[in-house]
Amino acid sequence: MSDYILKMQGITKDFPGVKALDDVTFSVRPGEIHALVGENGAGKSTLMKILSGVYPGGTYSGTIVIDGAQMRFNSTKESEKTGIAIIYQELALVKQLSIVENICLGDEIARGGVIDWDASYKRADEVLKKVGLSVNPTFPISYLGVGEQQLVAIAKALSKNARILVLDEPTAALSEGESAKLLKILRDLRAGGVTCIYISHRLKEVFDIADRITVLRDGKTIATHDTKDLDENKLIALMVGREVANIYPRKTRTPGDVVLEVKDWTVYDPDINKTIADVSFALRRGEILGMAGLIGAGRTELVMSFFHFWGRKSKGKIFLEGKEFDTKDAGATIKAGISLASEDRKRYGLVLDEDICKNISLASLDKISKYSVVNLMDEIRSAERYTKDLKIKTPSIEQKTGNLSGGNQQKVVLGKWLMTMPKVLILDEPTRGIDVGAKVEIYNIINELVDQGVAVIIISSDLSEVLGICDRILVMHEGRFTGELAVKEATQEKIMHYATGGK
Amino acid sequence: MKTSFVQNIRKYTMLIALVGIWLIFSVLTEGVFISPRNLSNLFLQTAAVAIITIGMTLVIVTRNIDLSVGSVAAFAGAVAAYINVKMGLPAPAAIVAALVAGLVIGAWHGFWVAYRLVPAFIVTLASMMIFRGAVLGITNGATIAPLTAGFKGIGQNYIAPYMSIWIGVAAICLFIFIAIFKRYKRSKFKFSVQKFPVFALKVVLMTVAMGAFFMIMVQNRGIPYAVILVMALAVAFNFMSRQTVFGRQLYAIGGNPDAASLSGINIQKKIMMLYVIFGGLTAVGGLVMTARLNAATTSAGQGMELDVIAAAVIGGTSLMGGEGTIWGSVIGALIMASLDNGMSLMDTNITYQYIIKGMILLLAVWVDIATRKRT
Repeated sequence: MSDYILKMQGITKDFPGVKALDDVTFSVRPGEIHALVGENGAGKSTLMKILSGVYPGGTYSGTIVIDGAQMRFNSTKESEKTGIAIIYQELALVKQLSIVENICLGDEIARGGVIDWDASYKRADEVLKKVGLSVNPTFPISYLGVGEQQLVAIAKALSKNARILVLDEPTAALSEGESAKLLKILRDLRAGGVTCIYISHRLKEVFDIADRITVLRDGKTIATHDTKDLDENKLIALMVGREVANIYPRKTRTPGDVVLEVKDWTVYDPDINKTIADVSFALRRGEILGMAGLIGAGRTELVMSFFHFWGRKSKGKIFLEGKEFDTKDAGATIKAGISLASEDRKRYGLVLDEDICKNISLASLDKISKYSVVNLMDEIRSAERYTKDLKIKTPSIEQKTGNLSGGNQQKVVLGKWLMTMPKVLILDEPTRGIDVGAKVEIYNIINELVDQGVAVIIISSDLSEVLGICDRILVMHEGRFTGELAVKEATQEKIMHYATGGK
Repeated sequence: MKTSFVQNIRKYTMLIALVGIWLIFSVLTEGVFISPRNLSNLFLQTAAVAIITIGMTLVIVTRNIDLSVGSVAAFAGAVAAYINVKMGLPAPAAIVAALVAGLVIGAWHGFWVAYRLVPAFIVTLASMMIFRGAVLGITNGATIAPLTAGFKGIGQNYIAPYMSIWIGVAAICLFIFIAIFKRYKRSKFKFSVQKFPVFALKVVLMTVAMGAFFMIMVQNRGIPYAVILVMALAVAFNFMSRQTVFGRQLYAIGGNPDAASLSGINIQKKIMMLYVIFGGLTAVGGLVMTARLNAATTSAGQGMELDVIAAAVIGGTSLMGGEGTIWGSVIGALIMASLDNGMSLMDTNITYQYIIKGMILLLAVWVDIATRKRT
């Protein structure tokens, strides 16, 4: 078969400093389920954003051909009209509105601005039947579970006569039963002639449902194969098969005593129905522990929960140097000697309107104050020292952090946490969005810290980084550690195996 | 170089605006506005609003608000007047009672805002009504007057002129000493300092301004107690906002609550503390207001919350949080009071007084936003 419903050819998209997509070709046959797979940051989301018109025509190069006609979308509205519907990871439903209102949202059936409710209900009933959902459409959407909401989102897309349905990680928040139900409905839709592009990290599902698979890696199309020609190992090899650039300064160390110990840690967030279950691990002085896994596996949530910043703890104990402590708020954990540099430095790290000096001292004001009066000279001295040690490039420490580059912002965050003199430093995606030069500097800083006896945990979705710098790697999958590897025996394939739920 | 010039101008925009407003009114009133008697009066009129604005600035910095200050100030004043007049107790007892009332009300606000997570807008809107009702209850719907000499002195008495001169000289000397000392310490650590001519010009200008201010006071009847109180509170809160752990944390909370919280700051506790302090400050403002009027009336402080918020915002406090200075807000309060005072002198119809004040508020904030482009 050579007739394609969708053909994306030579798609190239540049972001400042990064080539997100490089001459990508992606073709989909009508009525197939086509899986799009690749590591985090491989370019899957960017490609779909181009298809949906989030990135309007002109901001990328290459062509989109649908049903033989070249298209150029300037907005999501235009791509919807052509019959493309994307269902995002975070559902674009309005919680306060009813099911029928959500289905008709943005495309209301109305006469002279007055909504025709009868017609709206009729339409809702029709599409809900197609996705196998028997609920009263007048109920608010929040009555439904995440899985059912997912189905409403699909129904909504169908109500707009979608012919190409793009599902971005649809099962990430679903239980196994719900996932199975969703997959069944997708098969039904396929039988009804709907074409489906399926993005997922769960390789088992991909093999279960996809007719063909396209692999993206580092913004390039690696291959498109019929599913029957591949197996899981071959697919993983295609996904990770990249040379590890040698930018990682490695040192051999002998880890010391256990500093941090976490036992049976279980936290739960009812809002998004996510659980971190029975996590146990130990961290030694002078050791870099990597936490690998796919986005959404729960690594960030795990470390945030140590700071009382995520979910509700239901059980578990945490010990620092053998002493148990209570993670009742972030202050208690920091005081105990654990610091966390979050993955989102703009949201959780910096006060962007304030200068470097005030940002660095923010978590250590008690150390430089007497009777609660801050010693400004001590503050300047500390800030100057960390600015120099970390090689933060700035004309003055009075520079607003909002004006710094990503790498320098990250260093300010590091400076802030170093000033708290932590025994354990947790770095969540420490080099995301940072250029290579700054990356190497940050690796060197981390190595120095470890030499000084700090224990470091690094969460990273960049496998080569995890392999390059960590001494030991824990792999998380859906809120549980599924594997532990010493760096000597670890490979990208092994990590991917555990990260995708392998045993 | 050019950007630093613009930034410097921006810092002083409102000061320049204040001087401009004074010049215009001086011309329009043929010099009556600028007379020592009127200016001294103006400062006295500003005092109550200025005191409350000082606290409001910090509340807005943390992304909160307080709409109840008019009612709470009136309530604190009414409590004091009741004790002073109806119960015949001396001024100190009345003052203590009013302060306690203010602190308790502040704790009430803090509890709902910080620990029950009710938006500050609603909590204080409720208090605006609650305490207006309470004022009516205490005063029984009638004015409580006259106050004892000790009480009304807070709002009406002056420090003798010769003492005022010494206070003025001491204040100026202290200012110059601190400016030079800070510069010396910064340069000792090789920390960037302003170019010497700029620094010298700033110190000279400030000295002249302070000198003029004190001369005006002395030429009239000396410095009013209430004005001394404003200055002392402004100095104290300016210090607190810049140089104490608590003050710093308030700005971080307003600038980025998530980052502040993850940095170990207990936001709820800090917001609670702030509202308690602010309740006390509002009571002080209420005492000054009541003493100046020599009476507690049922309508005292009505509409004051708007003057206070307008003053803070004109003074450069950002409603988005994280930004605002104490001295800026004091200037903002002075601008608002100058408009009232000048237009009253000119016998401007009250209709236009409101319209003009509203337009100036809008204009001032727009200028601030338009010049705030991030570099």
